[in-house]
Amino acid sequence: MDRRHFLKNTALASGALMVPAFLKPFEALGKSELRGHKNLVIIQLSGGNDGLNTIVPYGNDIYYQKRSTIAINKNDIVKLNDVQGFNPSLSALKEIYDQGWMSIINSVGYPNPDRSHFRSMDIWQTGSESNQFLTTGWIGRYLDSNCQTCSKPYTAIEVDDTLSLAMKGAKMKGIAVQDPGKLYQTTREPFFKDLVHEHSADNLSEDNLGYLYKTMIETYSSAEYIQNTSKTYTVNSEYPATQLGNQLKTVSKFINSGLQTRIYYVSLSGFDTHVRQQDQQARQLKIYGDAVAAFIKDLKQSGKLDDTLVMTFSEFGRRVEQNASNGTDHGTANNILIYGGKLKKAGFYNEAPDLSQLDNGDLKYQVDFRDVYATLLDKWLNVNNGQILTKSFAGLNFV
Amino acid sequence: MDDLKQIKHLFSRAGFGMRFDEVPAFSNVPVKQAVKSLLNSTDDALLPIPTDTDYTAAMKGDAASRKMFMQQQRQEEKDLNMAWMDKMMNTHAVLQEKMTLFWHNHFACRSNKAFFAQQLNNIQRSNALGSFRTMLFQVAEAPAMLQFLNNQQNQKNHPNENFAREVMELFTLGRGNYTEADVKESARAFTGYGFNKDGEFVIRKFFHDDDQKTFLGKTGNFTGEDILNMLLEKKETAHFICSKLYKYLVNEVPDAAHVNAMADVFYTSNYEIKPLLEYVFTADWFYDEKNTGNLVKSPVDFLVGLSRQFYITYDRPEVLLQFQKVLGQVLFYPPNVAGWPGGRNWIDSSSLMYRLKIPSTLLNGGLIDFEGKTDPEDEAYIATQRNAQQFVTNRVQSSVDWDKVFSGVPKNASNASIAGFILQPKVNNVILNKINSAADTKAMMIELVSTPEYQLC
Repeated sequence: MDRRHFLKNTALASGALMVPAFLKPFEALGKSELRGHKNLVIIQLSGGNDGLNTIVPYGNDIYYQKRSTIAINKNDIVKLNDVQGFNPSLSALKEIYDQGWMSIINSVGYPNPDRSHFRSMDIWQTGSESNQFLTTGWIGRYLDSNCQTCSKPYTAIEVDDTLSLAMKGAKMKGIAVQDPGKLYQTTREPFFKDLVHEHSADNLSEDNLGYLYKTMIETYSSAEYIQNTSKTYTVNSEYPATQLGNQLKTVSKFINSGLQTRIYYVSLSGFDTHVRQQDQQARQLKIYGDAVAAFIKDLKQSGKLDDTLVMTFSEFGRRVEQNASNGTDHGTANNILIYGGKLKKAGFYNEAPDLSQLDNGDLKYQVDFRDVYATLLDKWLNVNNGQILTKSFAGLNFV
Repeated sequence: MDDLKQIKHLFSRAGFGMRFDEVPAFSNVPVKQAVKSLLNSTDDALLPIPTDTDYTAAMKGDAASRKMFMQQQRQEEKDLNMAWMDKMMNTHAVLQEKMTLFWHNHFACRSNKAFFAQQLNNIQRSNALGSFRTMLFQVAEAPAMLQFLNNQQNQKNHPNENFAREVMELFTLGRGNYTEADVKESARAFTGYGFNKDGEFVIRKFFHDDDQKTFLGKTGNFTGEDILNMLLEKKETAHFICSKLYKYLVNEVPDAAHVNAMADVFYTSNYEIKPLLEYVFTADWFYDEKNTGNLVKSPVDFLVGLSRQFYITYDRPEVLLQFQKVLGQVLFYPPNVAGWPGGRNWIDSSSLMYRLKIPSTLLNGGLIDFEGKTDPEDEAYIATQRNAQQFVTNRVQSSVDWDKVFSGVPKNASNASIAGFILQPKVNNVILNKINSAADTKAMMIELVSTPEYQLC
């Protein structure tokens, strides 16, 4: 339907002569907004990834003393410096590391850590204190902050079927898009199309009914915008045929097609390695490493790496000493992996974890994860972190 | 508002909605009487899990028997979930179940032992319309809760404050009405609270700290029971519960005066739930326009209401588990001990699209018959849906008793009156125009339950 025809229908049906702002085609936006803006990609590893077997402190004997059967052999490690190196399953990332596109922050955590999956994941997703229960996510509150660059419903996209708490604000929420074509199809149901186009102005009140209609209309137009914009770009780079590979390929498509989205969120699960850790973690780390390496190289090739920052985290690390089932149990501090074309401090951001000064067998954190978020908010997303987090954090210097 | 409209509103809050065939029984019944019949209707306990499986024996076995045990555990969790959904969809004791759901969220808990979860659920059911005092005591001794809040690790000289903290913060007083010192002291009082391998509550005297404690300004050799009594003595507890109940039954924005009045009733009745509910359901303000058709249905409310309205039976009840997952509310799996936040938190782009499509998926193999103006794209879309109908129906395996649905609809009912009955919020002209061009009553009903309006109660 062309614009004039559309306007005519709307005016007649609702009696309103003005087209509500959010129904205007998005092409009408100023071209200046299309200039390269910064993208943030969050990769969540669910289950509590064992950081010590990911970025291995092979130079520290305590590591081998505490993990008699599940420590990674020195000879197999992809050494990065004298102290730490990659689990061999991450070998695809060596190239990325060598190019200076990777920064590793050791010992990230928070005070009074919680070792429950649900609780700790909530803490990370909401950016709360350990004893707080927030119902909004840190990215959701970024959307709420009504800043210049975060006022569109598609500003934050999660490549999944359902939306994580991290993406839910009090007023605004991100949008979950596993497959842009499929979402577009779902919203084109003629019955819904009609409801969207013929709703009256009354429907858009501030009450709950208004909220439902607003959400429906935003989903409808976002789905159209996302599909019509992203289908103009074909990803030519090779990606591994895994779910994470496909999700990152979709993110690449979104970024390269020029979507005005700023934040992307994807998850990979399967890291809760209580039993027979080596095999299970090796599989998951290979999926992760191969997919991320493909993604970073793709963005470099299309010229988008300088404008993109990727952050990988997990809701906690695991205990230093292995358990009786060739695995590890829930722990505390963990590493965070940052990727980008313009990192200020490539390689290791800080020292390897201290394996001798432990807290009841668990790593003590050196960096508060909110400082990582603060850095992303202040320096990459250009908002005041104190307005998004529970208080102001100083931030770090990795970007 | 006429009596029938009021009773329909009552049923959408005190139950899971009103069905056409329930109208004759309530046609000339005063609201007060309808309230009484809801309050007096009770049903049996939920018992799909007959016994507790011997955990320790299974875990000591070999890898194969451990794996089988894990599978059995997972199946039991599913069975419990589906059994409760089934009960809500078929019971006559709707208020009892609606309140059990409220307490399920209030005393939010997760347990990997379905037997313990079932036990806690029945504590909430048997006391749902009874005494909050009794329920609080029973919940505090329930293995599921003791385990979830780590009270087994709460020992003399080695306290774990989790249980004591949540009892105060989330179950009784609410934040801001106690100090950290109170938490520490009451944790000591709860030391030794535990359970044995048969799921029975025991006090482990060896672990119990029976020295003097100072709590809420008083000093004494307090036990866990003493703490609970002292918490109930504080009117803040009544106020905290009433505020949550108001948001659940009336409006997301609590009216201070109404909540205070509720707290008075609740406190003076010594925490009896029936007088409190009767007070709310017979208050004028309960039927105020601003309190009707304005609450976002919880996923369970939505699924149960739809299933009851259309007498849906499920050959594959697992489909309800999948819907619970994508809509963000899986029974027995609250996100954390604070429960499900509810309200607009239920709604985002993806959950809303699922909610709008689930009715037609369950009722008509995913097809919403459309009689309005279509362009070629629309027609292609509808054709694809029609082709997929059998496939969807085979996957979902739900059946609707359309005969029963239609037999309840009055002979000369207008489309507007049917719409006004199925939907709680006002039906606007856009929807009326749409349903007036529907091919038949069935098509019209499917359209009505696919609107955003249907998501509100």
